[in-house]
Amino acid sequence: MTQSGEPTPDDAFAAIVEAHDGLSPEASARLNARLVLLLAERVGDPAAVIRAATAARRGLEDA
Amino acid sequence: MAGHVRSRLPYAPPPKGRGARAGRVPVAIVGAGPVGLSAAIDLALKGVASVVVDDDDRVSPGSRAFTWARRTIDIFDRLGVGEAIRAKGVTWRTERVFHGARTLAVIDHAPDAGVAAPAFLNLQQYHVEEILLARCADFPDLIDLRFRHRVTAAEQDAAGVTLDVYTEDGRYRLAADWLLACDGARSSVRGMMDLAFEGEAFEDRFLIADIRSPAPFPDERWFWFAPTFHPGQTAMLHRQPDGMVRLDLQLGPDADPERERLPERVAPRVEAALGGRPFDLDWVSVYAFSARRLAQFVHGRIVFAGDSAHVIPPFGSRGANAGVQDVDNLCWKLALVIGGAAGPELLASYDAERGRAADDNLRRAGRSARFMGPRTPAERLFRDEVLALAVDHAFAQRLIDPGRMSTPCALDGLSLQSADDPAMAGPMGPGAPCLDAPVTDPDGRPGWLLPRLGGRFTLLGVGVEPPAVEGAARLTVGEGGLGDPAGLVAARYPRGVYIIRPDQHVAARWAAPAPRAAAHALARARGAIAEVGP
Repeated sequence: MTQSGEPTPDDAFAAIVEAHDGLSPEASARLNARLVLLLAERVGDPAAVIRAATAARRGLEDA
Repeated sequence: MAGHVRSRLPYAPPPKGRGARAGRVPVAIVGAGPVGLSAAIDLALKGVASVVVDDDDRVSPGSRAFTWARRTIDIFDRLGVGEAIRAKGVTWRTERVFHGARTLAVIDHAPDAGVAAPAFLNLQQYHVEEILLARCADFPDLIDLRFRHRVTAAEQDAAGVTLDVYTEDGRYRLAADWLLACDGARSSVRGMMDLAFEGEAFEDRFLIADIRSPAPFPDERWFWFAPTFHPGQTAMLHRQPDGMVRLDLQLGPDADPERERLPERVAPRVEAALGGRPFDLDWVSVYAFSARRLAQFVHGRIVFAGDSAHVIPPFGSRGANAGVQDVDNLCWKLALVIGGAAGPELLASYDAERGRAADDNLRRAGRSARFMGPRTPAERLFRDEVLALAVDHAFAQRLIDPGRMSTPCALDGLSLQSADDPAMAGPMGPGAPCLDAPVTDPDGRPGWLLPRLGGRFTLLGVGVEPPAVEGAARLTVGEGGLGDPAGLVAARYPRGVYIIRPDQHVAARWAAPAPRAAAHALARARGAIAEVGP
């Protein structure tokens, strides 16, 4: 059911994407870095952030 | 391309002596698609006569709207066509999402067991229209269908609407107390009234094809990001009745619609998608879509419903489903107004309630459209990385959005609903669409809750005897009333008394029977109390 009220994970995803609207590629990359740092702080669990960094790196190769 | 055999619907010449003076009708409906026909039936069930005019005399040429959601199937049940629709349709609940050749997610759309209607049912729009037309024939005194009658002008005053109608045998005027414009995305009525239809157009083009194939296909929705057979785009494959499948292929913004419609362009694409299975093309269309709505759906005596009021990107089965749900919300209100039991201001609640649903559908379908066809580098980056993370991470699987499917809209906080009883908690609060559950008659015969609620105001008592209030039927589950064999009524409806609207939404509820509060809340739900709700 559609309910008015609490934001959903879809809402959060949409907000992250929309935050980039109108930004240059450089500014967009800076926004992403800021978001990651802010969210890492919100997580409040450095070990979890380290695990996430490892998981995010998986499948990406050195230039 | 043979296409579905569409017999011509009977044309009748303009009525003599049924003109403006002699033949004023309560409701004129423009458009004999799923929305207009559903409206005629719903009004007829409430004893209200209508004339339906349509400039064509054929049902829809292709499958077009073909996925019907549970809430709409519940409404079709109430309209008396649910059985015919189920007998013909393909029911399904599982959606498989692929990225390239890899399965990314398997989504089950029917987590609620113990409901009569399937999560989704696929049935080509022309079959639905044929079933609705057959149902209209059950009301020869209340539904007057006029094919190849084209409305060329509509004028209204405080008392009603006068239409100029063109036929091959001449013109005539049709006078009605109310006009329902159910004439689709390119609504002629909307055009005549010169109403702004604001929103955005999407540049992506899609190919849709009805394909006949003797090969077996499962009753599942298959959705691909970047399929191997159609690189860099999206694709959807879905079974329909009559040995048909529906294929939707994203073509991108640069596709030439005329060229992409040519059989020699379409056939190789279909062949690749079907992986060598034999097939015949039945119907092909190439389209672009937009997201728009009227600021208001009610304009004096003219009311818009379905695509004439809002066009929704075709992701998640929100178009025709929303249109039938508009009708479900509108017709009981219109019948009360026509019968003198409510003032025309009750229709303002249709605007507010279905406006909320339209906004919700537009927001969700707009997100789906952007997930399929990212318009900015950031949208593409995040979409692609969600797809990459989905291989190992459940959270990312849940973010994959191949068309978040249609769900009913809650109406809490809008004017017809009362504030929840502080003594109540849990699901099915004011505004919630009623969820079905198995019940048994006192003699033990099994059935379902929703048909017992019918299409009228009902005071439903769950584990409590409901009070008697004028203007509402009473129904009790437990306490010597209907049985609750699986305990699902009690699980879904916390013990108490509920006012159920004719469109099967909760208007108010209390933990204990409260006759005075119930009478007040019933008056509010019928639009007789003007102040804005909680």
